[in-house]
Amino acid sequence: MELKIPDLCLVVLVGASGSGKSTFARKHFLPTQILSSDYFRGLVADDENDQSASGDAFDVLHYVAGKRLDAGRTTVIDATNVQPGDRAQLIEIARRHNVLPVAIVLDTPEEVCLARNARRPDRDFGAHVVRRHRTALRKSLKFLGKEGFKKVHVLRSQSEVDDATIGYERLLNDLRHETGPFDVIGDVHGCRAELEDLLVELGYELVRDDEGRAVDAVPPGNRRAAFVGDLVDRGPDTPGVLRLVMGMVESGHAFCVCGNHEQKLVRALRGRNVQVKHGLAESLAQLAAEPEDFRRRAERFCDGLVAHYVLDGGDLVLAHAGLPERYHGRASARVRSFALYGDTTGETDEYGLPVRYPWANEYRGQAMVLYGHTPTPEAEWVNNTMCLDTGVVFGGKLTALRYPEREVVSVAAHKVWYEPVRPLVVPEVEREPDVLALTDVLGRRTIETAHRGRVTVRPEQAASALEVMSRFAIDPHELLYLPPTMAPTATSRRPDVLEHPEDAFAEYRSAGVREVICEEKHMGSRAVVLVRREGGAIHTRTGRAFFAEPLGSELLSRVRDAVTGAGLWDELDTDWLLFDAELLPWNAKATGLIKEQYASVGAAALGVLPPAVAALTAARDRGVDVGALLERTTSRLANAHGYSAAYQRYCWPTSGLDGVRIAPFQLLAAAGRTFHDRPHTWHLDLVARLTGDVFTQTRHLVVDTADEAQVAAGIRWWEELTAGGGEGMVVKPLANLVPNVQPGVKVRGREYLRIIYGPDYTEPANLERLRQRGLGKKRSLALREYALGLEALERVARGEPLWRVHECVFAVLALESEPVDPRL
Amino acid sequence: MLLTLTTTHQPATDLGHLLHKHPDRAQSFSTSSGTAHVFYPRADHEECTVALLLEVDPVALVRGPGSTLTQYVNDRPYAAGSLLTVALGSVFRTAMNGRSESRAELADTPIPLKINLPALPHRLVERLFTPLGWDVETRPIPLDEHEESRYADVTLTGTVKLSDALKHLYVLLPVLDGSKHYWVAADEVDKLLRAGEGWLAQHPDRELITTRYLARKRPLVVSALARLAEVDEVEPEELDNALTEPKISLAVQRRDALVKQLKEARASKVLDLGCGGGALLKALLEQPEFTEIQGVDVSAQALQVAERKLRLDRMSDRQRERLTLRQSSLTYADPALQGYDAAVLMEVVEHLDPDRLPALENCVFGVARPRTVLVTTPNVEYNVLFETLPEGQMRHSDHRFEWTRAEFRAWADGVAGRRGYTVRYLPIGPEDAERGAPTQLAVFTVGDTN
Repeated sequence: MELKIPDLCLVVLVGASGSGKSTFARKHFLPTQILSSDYFRGLVADDENDQSASGDAFDVLHYVAGKRLDAGRTTVIDATNVQPGDRAQLIEIARRHNVLPVAIVLDTPEEVCLARNARRPDRDFGAHVVRRHRTALRKSLKFLGKEGFKKVHVLRSQSEVDDATIGYERLLNDLRHETGPFDVIGDVHGCRAELEDLLVELGYELVRDDEGRAVDAVPPGNRRAAFVGDLVDRGPDTPGVLRLVMGMVESGHAFCVCGNHEQKLVRALRGRNVQVKHGLAESLAQLAAEPEDFRRRAERFCDGLVAHYVLDGGDLVLAHAGLPERYHGRASARVRSFALYGDTTGETDEYGLPVRYPWANEYRGQAMVLYGHTPTPEAEWVNNTMCLDTGVVFGGKLTALRYPEREVVSVAAHKVWYEPVRPLVVPEVEREPDVLALTDVLGRRTIETAHRGRVTVRPEQAASALEVMSRFAIDPHELLYLPPTMAPTATSRRPDVLEHPEDAFAEYRSAGVREVICEEKHMGSRAVVLVRREGGAIHTRTGRAFFAEPLGSELLSRVRDAVTGAGLWDELDTDWLLFDAELLPWNAKATGLIKEQYASVGAAALGVLPPAVAALTAARDRGVDVGALLERTTSRLANAHGYSAAYQRYCWPTSGLDGVRIAPFQLLAAAGRTFHDRPHTWHLDLVARLTGDVFTQTRHLVVDTADEAQVAAGIRWWEELTAGGGEGMVVKPLANLVPNVQPGVKVRGREYLRIIYGPDYTEPANLERLRQRGLGKKRSLALREYALGLEALERVARGEPLWRVHECVFAVLALESEPVDPRL
Repeated sequence: MLLTLTTTHQPATDLGHLLHKHPDRAQSFSTSSGTAHVFYPRADHEECTVALLLEVDPVALVRGPGSTLTQYVNDRPYAAGSLLTVALGSVFRTAMNGRSESRAELADTPIPLKINLPALPHRLVERLFTPLGWDVETRPIPLDEHEESRYADVTLTGTVKLSDALKHLYVLLPVLDGSKHYWVAADEVDKLLRAGEGWLAQHPDRELITTRYLARKRPLVVSALARLAEVDEVEPEELDNALTEPKISLAVQRRDALVKQLKEARASKVLDLGCGGGALLKALLEQPEFTEIQGVDVSAQALQVAERKLRLDRMSDRQRERLTLRQSSLTYADPALQGYDAAVLMEVVEHLDPDRLPALENCVFGVARPRTVLVTTPNVEYNVLFETLPEGQMRHSDHRFEWTRAEFRAWADGVAGRRGYTVRYLPIGPEDAERGAPTQLAVFTVGDTN
């Protein structure tokens, strides 16, 4: 005999001690699927038969069962379960996790049970126990269905137990094998004419009966229609809509989930006591004019509708009022109720209608959810969900979404068929599609990136980033990218420098990158510029606004004018652009840092070293032997002058925006596209077209790393850049993105590094020790942050929900909290 | 780092005897903070100058074990501070103790001294040295063309016993500097008391000196102050009285007002959003009617402070069960804030940029949505009545804005309208007829509050 059970369920074995439950379970299920009370007694009490431990044992068993059901794993409870109270707890657990409870009863004869127990020395509890179990079981048998078990299988003899096999059934809502393509249609509400218009618009061919009534529609190609419910009520021709949709469903041309109006119509047709409101009266009147067998057919059809469908391997979910991810593919009264009615806050609005809980704002699921129920003026994406009810019956539109194309198709209502109770606008506070949740960023997180696989953020990294992001960063809607950290080139072995271009060229050459571009390093602050046709933002590498208002807007408008002047809006077919840039001078942002640290050290050094030299000179003149110390101190004075000159190069007076320069060097993204597959020369040529006083160019040189002459030219170029204290250069693969290769390495100048490693770093004894620096962590961090940044850009370009973009941006900031040698 | 010390006591070369360092030799000593060089730029009958030059290894300073400095670009190798103190204490230890076998009497005699420190953080120098009998001359070192740096070329002149002069420097150089280069340990208290013997207990700024010398480690400070009191046979309260506040502070009035409102709202489950170090949580825990209290802050560090201040580790199980501390953010939706009767945002909104307030509104009034929300914020109109607050300056450096009463009402009325709450306003603190009270409170309620 085959015992049919749903492919996701909680199997409750019921039988006396010795009835063969454990043997049965082992035969038909995986060891990990079986939760045995004996085993859990052993876990908590070191003795599988210690009945005094049963309470604790079941606590743990129930907890584990809950975790398994949460994860969607069929679970088998191996315990006697002969008492209704024990079973009630298990049914409650199944319901709480929205899976169906199933009972399999082993009604094994008493003598068999006793004989089995007699063979086991640990079961010496006597025949009365088995007898008591069997009495309880027999009393329970006919109530199991009523208790809530969706299926009850009773095996009445040993041969039935031996012959039983388990057969799995798909749940009614499981249409994962249906892969589409689909045309998903919103709430129709009796608007037959508009439905016919829409089907024609979608390329369906209407089939009419002798009386000219549409009874089916043949889809184009292999497409199928899918309705999100509320076919009926309010509109002029509910019977006509039902006739057409029933025909489509019966011929396999359409799927349909149940709406709350179908649910109520069924109850009304069955003569139940329902309030005839919200357009039900119209349906009942129209159906009254139809023949009895049509009414019966309509009633059967509506009654048989499933509350939600999971389609296309789990990537698409249809439910009339939407469905959170934890309910996808689950079955319980709660799931059905959510799918039909949605979630309400318990409050009512000024029109007396229930305030609906904006579940889609919190939706973070992987599947696309299409639904209706709440009329809105336009179908809009909210976190990969879309409400397709555009209020056709209220004079709005009837809307369909082509899946997987994500293309919206609408037809206008012929007229206002039914006056809405409240106007067809969404209240201000409900229109917050991009609400970010704490759970989007906090805790241990793993982000799947296209270019470097999984990147993990540890909880403590996220915790420190949360404060920075919440208190200092700009609005996440404008914070679409944070730049990655950049590693320096491998430490030079030359005696007089710490960094040298030859190592950068060699690194790329050995990684198989022939052409690299050297870009002048502006000693400024990294800036990300988001410019929209209206609005935008300029922020730092930790997401803070660069300038207080109105300066920020002023600078942004200069960038916008330049973009307009260069004709980039049309050329790139976009209304926003995201640039990676350097903002100068250094002191425009880092005033505090410069004063507190760099200038102060210069002042102290130049305050103390001249008197020290003077005192030593005086002592030497007296004949005291201080020669070596005097020499060292004089050298340190020269270093201090070099240091002061180095940092002062990067500071110049600014007033408002006067003196501020911006050097964009890469176009990161625009509507629908990213550009990390374009060579850097493309980017530099593009940004060179941005003209205006506020822009400054980035000098650059392309080097073939396999060509000695070009490498030598690259070294010379760097030497010229840095001789006067210039910061140095960044070397990047010319082609831009090269998988698993550093996106760029910096090669900093000898004088410049005084402000990083201290004035005296060039003293040979100091240099020798400073060469011992570990670059591995920084380089690994750079690659991970780069991958996260690109992931953010690609998600933005694809139009993904804000939380998907924000988790990447947040992760970059979180990784930056990792302690890394700040001088690298 | 350089220090020179000059005397015109004659014969001036006796300085060499007092310091146990021969005037015609240059000597080098390896100390824990670097190599200390002692030499005499001048040594004759009229005048004798000793120089202490400390050469610090900047790489070892950062890389050495137990180092707390993270930047190579650092004033430590140049400015007079704790490193110089260590060298001073090691090189001139005997002289500092006032012992001199060859010139015992001179060691016990005040002599004319001039001490020069070419780069010294000078903000407190006059305040600290003048009471000890020094004339202080400072020439600030410029930072750039426009500003002065925090260092000055400082010359101290006075007639002082050499050992006292060295003790003054030993204690006050790190105090002026404010940041010690090594972790302050308990034996620092002993060092301070030894070097401060005979002068520190009478110094008008002894608390400041103690606090800064011990790098603001509160338990150590208290212990040092108590022991100072013991040494000088005075009551510790007398020394500590500057720390007690004479009248009920605004912060206390704010907490009292909030507790009163929460009781009136009959709230038992209460959220403290932005709880910081837990000052309000403490007040809430004292009221048994608040049965479930959740303190939330965006800063994990603040929560640790709260945990310590509320002594969570020794709280009884019953008390402990009433309180939850959690990291969360008011700009992210957090469903764990649902199900509470009331939420308090005490002096929180002004720490957010105005364009993030809609996110806060959604988090508090949309997602958490308790029946009662209490919001306090400064009333900027009142600021002119704070004597110590410069005009136009906000009350806290992190305040992103401070609202007038009208501005606060405009925001709160908007929130209430959008979210279906009603709102009323109350003053907290002494009310000025024209400018209102220093703190303004908005009480938001939704639904049936009876």
